[in-house]
Amino acid sequence: MKKIEAIIKPFKLDDVKDALNDIGITGMTVTDVKGYGRQKGHKEIYRGAEYEVDFIPKTKIGIIIEADQVEEAVEAIIKGAKTGKIGDGKIFILPVEQVIRVRTGEKDHDAI
Amino acid sequence: MINSGDTTFILISAAMVLLMTPGLAFFYAGMVRHKNVLGTILQSFIMISVISFEWVYIGYTMSFGPDVGGLIGDFSMLGLAGVTSAPSETYATTIPHLVFMIYQCMFAVITPALITGAFAERMRFGPFLIFSLIWTILVYNPVCHWVWGGGWLAERGVLDFAGGLVVHLTSGAAAAAAVLVLGPRKGLGRDKFMPHSLPMTLLGTGLLWFGWFGFNAGSALAANGVAATAFVATHLAGMAGMAMWVGLEWKLYNQPTTLGAASGAIAGLATVTPAAGFISPHAAIIIGLIAGLCCFTAVTYKNKIGWDDSLDVVGIHGLGGVIGTLCLGIFASKAINPGGADGLLAGNASFLATQIFAILVVGTYAFVVSFILLKILNVCCGGLRLNSDDETVGLDQAAHSENAYNM
Repeated sequence: MKKIEAIIKPFKLDDVKDALNDIGITGMTVTDVKGYGRQKGHKEIYRGAEYEVDFIPKTKIGIIIEADQVEEAVEAIIKGAKTGKIGDGKIFILPVEQVIRVRTGEKDHDAI
Repeated sequence: MINSGDTTFILISAAMVLLMTPGLAFFYAGMVRHKNVLGTILQSFIMISVISFEWVYIGYTMSFGPDVGGLIGDFSMLGLAGVTSAPSETYATTIPHLVFMIYQCMFAVITPALITGAFAERMRFGPFLIFSLIWTILVYNPVCHWVWGGGWLAERGVLDFAGGLVVHLTSGAAAAAAVLVLGPRKGLGRDKFMPHSLPMTLLGTGLLWFGWFGFNAGSALAANGVAATAFVATHLAGMAGMAMWVGLEWKLYNQPTTLGAASGAIAGLATVTPAAGFISPHAAIIIGLIAGLCCFTAVTYKNKIGWDDSLDVVGIHGLGGVIGTLCLGIFASKAINPGGADGLLAGNASFLATQIFAILVVGTYAFVVSFILLKILNVCCGGLRLNSDDETVGLDQAAHSENAYNM
């Protein structure tokens, strides 16, 4: 099992969700986050006073899937999140040891 | 002889001018950080209590009581003695004296509230109240008397239709003194002092613009042609100021901004105030454009020199009062208002000189008295500023134990 964490542009969330739904991945956890990478921050000007805003709002999604779905899922996220401009985000893939459903106690494959 | 039309108009105008103080509160509060919102709003709101109280007992008689040596009103109307529903013999003789008194009260209320933008986010509430009360007694009331109460400046032919000198220059000069005495906010140049809610500022701008019709047109003190002249001039200068400021931003920073629109509108409205009832619609548009240009430049310059007039009271209200009073000296026309004067363009340069003289006198007086008063209070009240920790926490929590946004 793998966890995919993806940092994307907030306005691309619906597109990513739809793309994942299309390949049968129906659960996700979404967090509002702030940060910067190569895109850096942006400038805001108020009455001529310029401020560098370092951290820009992003959305982080997390999904847990079987290892053999990873490639497909990554493709779906890219398809949904890509604008081609700097700041489209990043995808991280992590191993997951165990998954347990709270309600039933089911484990791993059955719990996803 | 009471005229019902005039009375109705001034009563409504008084209510509109009152609304400007909450409008100003929102205009300012949108520009501060989220931790100082309520503290900023209250500094304007509470003036309604403090100054209305002062006005009834001594302010009105100091400003509009029978003249003593051109300098101040006597105390014959202390506590509103003789101020009744019968008209005054001197002022606004077609409306009840009480109506004139309460209309003028609203001007006295908003003037010290204007100053609060200069020391936003760092002044202690108690010393602020004491300063505002004493300032109104020592600066607002005398200057109001000099210009509107038959004092020595009025005798010299100085004109100020609705408060370029009495309201905007006095508050702007006091703001300059406050910036010097209090010093910049903690972290100026390092921290980000970005406005926390520009929609709030724009809402305040709308309320101010609406109220300004009562402020300027109502200053005709009758529902007549002069009121119409002032109403139109007010609107046109506001729109021209907004257009100019936004246009300059678009040109220089590649993008127009909502804060620029609000700032330009207020600059135009403030600047036309002394001239509103004495000028043509075209002069009002020119005044609005000049206001947008000059105030935009002043605010930009302020950012360069690290002068923390936090919400630009000097650059917008003070400068607006000065430019408007000068422009009145240029554009005033007896053809528009026979009760006014002819300015430079009508061939009367001496009137412009009179206006310049008034600017120097009022600006200097208001600055010097404010500066000394702040210095004295700084010692007597145990400091005007919040301590460093409280400034970090913010006015809302540190001074009022409240939060504007509980989410």
